[in-house]
Amino acid sequence: MNILELYNLKKYYATQKAVDDISFTIEQGSIFGLLGPNGAGKTTLLRMITGIFYPDSGDINFRGKKFDTVNDIYKIGYMPEERGLYKKMRIGEQALYLAQLKGLSRQEAMKKIKEWFVKFEMQSWWNKKVEDLSKGMSQKLQFVITVLHEPPLLILDEPFSGLDPVNSNLIKDEIFNLAQKGTTIIFSTHRMEQVEEICDHIVLVNKGKKILDGSVKQIKQDCKENLFRIGFEQLPTTFDSTGFEVIHEESNSLVVKIKDGYKPASVLNNFLKQNASIISFNEILPSLNDIFIKKVNDTESTRQFQKV
Amino acid sequence: MSKVWLIIKREYLTRVRNKTFILSTLLLPLFFIGFIAASTYLSIKGEDKHTIAVNDKNGIFKNSFKSDKVIKYEFPAAVNANNFKEKGYSALLNIPLKFDSPQDSITLISDKQLGFSTEDKIKDQINLAIKNRAFLEKNINKKILDSINDLDEEQLYKFRPVIKKGNTTQQANSGLAYGIGFGSGMLIYITLFIYGAAVMRGVMEEKMNRIAEVIISSVRPFQLMVGKIIGIAAVGLTQLLIWFVLIIVLSSALSAFLSHDILQHAQSANNAMGSSANNTAALSILSAKNTFAQANWALIIPCFLFYFIGGYLFYAALFAAVGSVVNEDPQEAQSLMLPITMPIILSFVIMMSAAAKPDTPIAVWASIIPFSSPIVMMARIPSGVPFWQLALSMASLVAGFILTTMLAAKIYRTGILLYGKKVTFKEMSKWLFRRS
Repeated sequence: MNILELYNLKKYYATQKAVDDISFTIEQGSIFGLLGPNGAGKTTLLRMITGIFYPDSGDINFRGKKFDTVNDIYKIGYMPEERGLYKKMRIGEQALYLAQLKGLSRQEAMKKIKEWFVKFEMQSWWNKKVEDLSKGMSQKLQFVITVLHEPPLLILDEPFSGLDPVNSNLIKDEIFNLAQKGTTIIFSTHRMEQVEEICDHIVLVNKGKKILDGSVKQIKQDCKENLFRIGFEQLPTTFDSTGFEVIHEESNSLVVKIKDGYKPASVLNNFLKQNASIISFNEILPSLNDIFIKKVNDTESTRQFQKV
Repeated sequence: MSKVWLIIKREYLTRVRNKTFILSTLLLPLFFIGFIAASTYLSIKGEDKHTIAVNDKNGIFKNSFKSDKVIKYEFPAAVNANNFKEKGYSALLNIPLKFDSPQDSITLISDKQLGFSTEDKIKDQINLAIKNRAFLEKNINKKILDSINDLDEEQLYKFRPVIKKGNTTQQANSGLAYGIGFGSGMLIYITLFIYGAAVMRGVMEEKMNRIAEVIISSVRPFQLMVGKIIGIAAVGLTQLLIWFVLIIVLSSALSAFLSHDILQHAQSANNAMGSSANNTAALSILSAKNTFAQANWALIIPCFLFYFIGGYLFYAALFAAVGSVVNEDPQEAQSLMLPITMPIILSFVIMMSAAAKPDTPIAVWASIIPFSSPIVMMARIPSGVPFWQLALSMASLVAGFILTTMLAAKIYRTGILLYGKKVTFKEMSKWLFRRS
């Protein structure tokens, strides 16, 4: 079942088509990556999903029904990229206030905050002010505040920026944890290694348009270039190169591109027949990073101002 | 609606618990009372004493100049412009040999400014002396002249302006009306700036702390803006209430002190040695206290509250809109605020003349147009305002603040989420007329 379905969303600003006819669906319980270079329209897209902006045209369905800004925003937890907290307000009160704005009653909010504060070892922070926290600490607090009301849909825009590896892992574990309990997570970033690690499904947008949509595995398959790395004990000096060409020669391995119409098994067979001392044979799948750069470069990377 | 309530509560509580709020609330009335006490004291005690040497070779004024507590006139022989200081005089007054034409000037030589009031007093003395001299030259008896000069108007008659409306008559007191009108106009002017700026800073804080988007994902921008405006209004009313109570308590304490000790003393001193500047000041405080009660407080206080709240609401939304478009640079706020501060300052200028002359056309119109009505109307109310003008003014203020709030909300909801971009007035006006 899809928790979120976007159909032909458009949002134009005075000088830009920020989001230009984007549609995709997000399956319940998945971890979804929304990728794109700076200024691709990600934030505008997220702001429409969170009900901050109204789309110029197009439809958003949330849990099978038309998105109802007034009531459905309680079911969304949004951690924007431009985030922060009241510097002078006590942390406990602040968490309580923001949780109540998300529709929790005072008692519920209090109970949940205490649970999370214990979990993240933040109990001693209650009467401190945000200005006393380090950047990483306030980031942690921000995460807790975003997930407090247990939203079925969680939207995290660059959640790890400013976090050290330890706290990064803490939050990453929590993201997995929440996903396991059925929370759907939209994860927006341009840090590809995190996407590869976390996301099931990604959409890549650039210049307001969708340029890729699929599961991480599928996209890698679709974008692969039939490259293989063959490891040898001793690099063979001569070999029959029917069906492939050598892209790159390393000290004791070859990177080869297998030509259309040939199978990896037949190439391997060929080598074996020549008594080559093969110790490994791997397919090289492109990293998301490579795919990202390639796809974005295919379109013009920087956005030009345009007439709408 | 409960969310707006939450926002109001937060705005109110964080501000009211703030140390600066507590300090300023308590110190301002003290400062105010202290200011009044100090200026009263200075006006009684603070005048410099001067001894003035009069060089009056023909003896024209010798018998007419009267020394008093502050200025003493002496007629020494060998004093000139070079040595009056050494002889212990603060100034030298040169009287010409004859008075016939404007060229015959009286010069007052001193080594520093003597001040307005001293110069005025000397001039009064000269004028009186010249008049006396003229009377005497026309053979008016010196005794008769003195008795005319000593007439005390207080003992001859009492001036009683009365306002008659239908069958009710009421004692008029223009001075009091002026004082109350000016004071309340001034108070609204100051509070508009204080609380308007508080709204603007609050909005800027939310934008710069980057909490705006976090909150906007759970409430509508309009709710956030309105919650903030109402919360700060509640803070303002609290502050006003505390000031009001404090001023009543302090001034009644002050007047209790005055009536028992000083006033009695003043009265007995008056009987003993005639009126002097010192004692009449104390007596005029007593009479001010009596006339104070004559003002139409039943009308003035509700109107003040209405115009305080109405004026605040009219401008607060505009201040919020400005706060929402400011980026990191507080300097930007200054120039963006200009279109809001100009009408407020202009209303203050109109108010100052309206308090003295409440029925000039400009005062009437400025008290009806919502841009200036909160300040100007308050200056007119103590002098009596026709009912239709008051009703029209209030209605247009309500319509006005609904309109400014709606317009400001359009700028606010775009501005609050816009980072790193300098916004021009042209763009803002585009936001105003954009479809929502």
